[in-house]
Formats: sequence, structure tokens, C-alpha cells
Amino acid sequence: MERSLMKGNEALAEAAIRAGCKCFFGYPITPQTELSAYMAKKMQKAGGVFLQAESEIAAINMVLGATSTGVRAMTSSSSPGISLKAEGISYMAGSDLPGVIINVQRGGPGLGSIQPAQSDYYQATHAMGHGDFHIFVFAPSSVQEMVDMVTLAFDKADQYRMPAMILADGLLGQMMEPVTFPEPMKNLPDKSDWATNGHKKQRAHHIINSLFLDPEQLEQKVKERFARYATVEANETQAESYLCDDAEIVVTAYGASARVAKSAVNAVRKEGIKAGLFRPITLWPFPKTELQNATKSAKQILDVEMSMGQMVDDVRLATECRIPVSFFGRTGGVIPTPAEVLAELKKLAGGAE
Amino acid sequence: MKRITLITGHYGSGKTNFTVNLALQQAAVGKKVTVVDLDIVNPYFRTADFANLFAENGIQLEKTLYANTSLDIPAISFDLARMAYEADCLIIDVGGDDAGAIALGRYAEMLQSYQEELDMWYVVNRYRYLTAKPEEALALLYEIEQAARLHHTGIINNSNLGRETTAELVMEAIPYAETIAETAGLPLICTTYRADLPVQVEHGFPVQVYVKPIWE
Repeated sequence: MERSLMKGNEALAEAAIRAGCKCFFGYPITPQTELSAYMAKKMQKAGGVFLQAESEIAAINMVLGATSTGVRAMTSSSSPGISLKAEGISYMAGSDLPGVIINVQRGGPGLGSIQPAQSDYYQATHAMGHGDFHIFVFAPSSVQEMVDMVTLAFDKADQYRMPAMILADGLLGQMMEPVTFPEPMKNLPDKSDWATNGHKKQRAHHIINSLFLDPEQLEQKVKERFARYATVEANETQAESYLCDDAEIVVTAYGASARVAKSAVNAVRKEGIKAGLFRPITLWPFPKTELQNATKSAKQILDVEMSMGQMVDDVRLATECRIPVSFFGRTGGVIPTPAEVLAELKKLAGGAE
Repeated sequence: MKRITLITGHYGSGKTNFTVNLALQQAAVGKKVTVVDLDIVNPYFRTADFANLFAENGIQLEKTLYANTSLDIPAISFDLARMAYEADCLIIDVGGDDAGAIALGRYAEMLQSYQEELDMWYVVNRYRYLTAKPEEALALLYEIEQAARLHHTGIINNSNLGRETTAELVMEAIPYAETIAETAGLPLICTTYRADLPVQVEHGFPVQVYVKPIWE
């Protein structure tokens, strides 16, 4: 298998093309720009459309339009741009449309910084727009996972007719690692029972819409959707447990923070402290059962993030507050170091020097 | 090595890691080295990250005023003409691709006046996806020359697959680099390899990996 050295942002783009993405709509923003630049170079050659929209709001609504016709479509941005896309994502969820949104997170709030952060966790997992809805949220922690998850995101979005987000960060987007790409996808899911791709006077109109004139009809629709979400929560969670079987302290971390945390766990193990790492791969649905299993021997949990601690509550809820959860994080674009996490672990283990 | 060296290439080809190694090598043989971070495109993993390493080795670093801040705007705040005139050993790390080389184009006329004392080396990496074929790397070489308004004088074979690089992979990439050099009519200046790998190669340049994520 051919291995290539790829930047995270490029890998996301190439993987999307190989997953059959035919339309990319975006607007430039650091630190995701290489993704758009790659699409600009490659999409046309791949028989698709690259379009730099006039704004983030325009781009997400183009994705809404393109996915309505049944093709695979994607947009990407970084934190402030994702906030602008929130309305469109809600409309997509309300119209049962698939589609992939990439967030290469940077420091916030506001314009914030252009350095990596994970401070859009709440937004992505709990309130990616107004209304009762959920989207898939995948959290890769390597460039290879970025490739694999783009494919998965397109598949799951189509399967459940839900938007799917890849929640990455500037560090993952900019770093380079060797990857292997899957073969380009040939057989894409059939969407002929709902896509608005021309009825040719041979079938009834298909309607893509998020407006309901009758509130009870809307309530019914939302409830149907939540039944689907329950299926997703039961079947689609993913997580990695690393050295958790005998771990007395379990670190919970996702994405780039999990790479930092893993390095600290390995270091602290050498000093005889039984630590492990639990890494959610799907942030929504949150891998609750997996976390419960990974913390069976845990006396403490240390949550590590590049934020002020946005995943902490999900960790507490998943473990039903049976185990004390402490937090260590850096924010605003500052990356925690393995040494800092190591020091926190030692403090918790009571072996602080 | 000539007095002024310009380092260009595809972004991610390893220009910065090569620049850092070259600067340290030249400083070690007693030259007074100045490194210029001319990358006004990419705010991550750049030469300016190595300010401390350079300071420890007596290497002068010139970077744009707001490098490594959130105001990393495409503006150059230093006097390159003065450095080109004065420096004992000047290494200029140019931004990736033709987009990055545009900044260099602004200094083309000034730099051409030092033609005899100047080299412009194109860094290639067989394992980068968009330049994996010699013809792709060559197309970019010419695009960079157009943007820079300067001609290359040599090829640096920096083929690597990150932490998965092996001696075999280094050796396998040599015909790729030779094809590029031959087609472009330029000498292959060196083949880099991580210093701990058992590589035996003509014009080999052992390097340390300085550009890497925080957890490695």
C-alpha cells in the first residue's frame, strides 16, 4: 500500500474526493485554508465542483442545496466561520439532509487566535444551531484518522440523513503524518426515494423543507428524528481505551489533546503510576458505555482539553458522578505539553515532588 | 556553499527542517549565519519557531514583526537588501509553493545583483502526495521560478515519510530526485536522511528532525 506524507487539511480534502464528494463550497479562514486550496486544485480534475462562496453563510446553504439533489457535498471552516454556518446546519438537520462539515478549530471566542483549540466542543455536540436536533461529531487524532473519518462521516450522514461534522483543530490540520488512502468509492448510496433531482413527470415531487405550518406535524417530525438519534446512540459510538484495564487514573481526552495525553500516560506508567487514556472518537454520540467500561478500576478521572473544560460534564454524566473528575487544560490557542499533563497526573497520584 | 542560499519547495517538503539543519551546520563550521523566515503564507511549523535553538547557536533569526501571533499578516518588516549586502552566510527559508515564492519575487532584482554569490535550491520529497511524480515536482519548480522571478541552481532531495522513514525509503527516492535534477538541468546538491538511519549515499546530508509535534 502506497504511503504518502500528508498535512491533515490536505488529507481531509483528498479523502472527501475519494469518498465521492462532488461539491465543495468554502470560504477561506486560517487554519483550514490548505483544505480549500487543495479542493481548488483537485476538485475539478476529479469531476466535481469547487466554489469559493461569498461568505460562510452562502457556503453552507450551497451545501444544503447540493445535498438536496442527492450528491455528496462538503464545506469546511474554522471556529468563527462555523458559528456563521450554524443557521444553515440547523436548516439541514431540519430538512433531514446529509452533508459533511469540517471544523479545524482555533482559539476563541470572537476572532480569538489562529492557533489550535478545542473550545467549540459545546457548540458541536450540544447546540450546533437552534432547535431540537443532533449532528454526528467525529474527533480524529491523527492524519490517518482524518482520512478514515471523512469516509465514515459521509457514509453515516447518508445512512441516517443527518449532517456530520469532523471536529479537528489547527494542530491536526497543519501537522504532517504518513497516510494510506482508500480506493475511490464507486457505489454511493441510492437516494432516489427523497432527492430533488428532477421528477421528469414520472414520479411525485420530492420536497426538501424545514418549515412546518402545523406545529403538531413538526412535533411528530422531530420525534421521528429523535427515534433515529436513539438508534445512532445505540449503534454508532466509537472510542479508544488505552491501558485502562488496571488504570487507577483514567485521562479523558480527544483529538490532538489525546496525543499529548497518551505521551504523558506512557511517561507516568514508567514511574509506576497506573494511568490510562480514554479517547472518545465520536463526540456525539458520546461513548458512555465505553467510558463506563474503561473506568471500572479507576479512582480518579483527569479530563484534558484545549479549552476551559467543555467535555468534563459529558464525562461526569457518563460515569454518573461515581468517580471524581478533575480537569487540566490550556485555551486560547495554547497547546498543553506532555510535561504539564504528567505533572497533573503525579499530583493526582499523590506523588507530587 | 555560496554566501546567499534561497530554499524553496512544495509546502510540507521539509524546507524548514532542512534550513534549520543547514544553518546549524554552517554555524558549527564558524560562519556567522543569518536565517530569514520569509514564509508569509503558513503561520504553523515555521522557521521562527526555532528562535531559541538559533539563539543558543549564535544564529541570527529574522522574521516578520507579527510572526507566530494572530496578526500573522502577509507583510515583511525587515530589510532584506541590507542583509543580502552584509551577511556572512544568509539562508532564506521561502514559503511553500508558488504562493509562498511571491514574497521572494519582490526581491528578485536586488538578489540578481548577487548572482555569483547566490544559490536557489528546490527541496523535493518523493513521499508528498501532490509531488510524488517527477513531472509534478518539475511543474511546481517552474511555477515557483515564475513567482520568484529567479532561477533555481540545485535540487535538494529531502524525501521522507515522517517517523516512518527507513533507509530503504531514502534510497528508493534517489532515482526520483535524479530524474528531476536531470530534466531541469540542475545538479542534485544532496540527499538528506535522518542521522540515525544506516544510509550510504553520494552527497548525503544527515539531519536531525526539529520540526515535529509537541508529543514527539
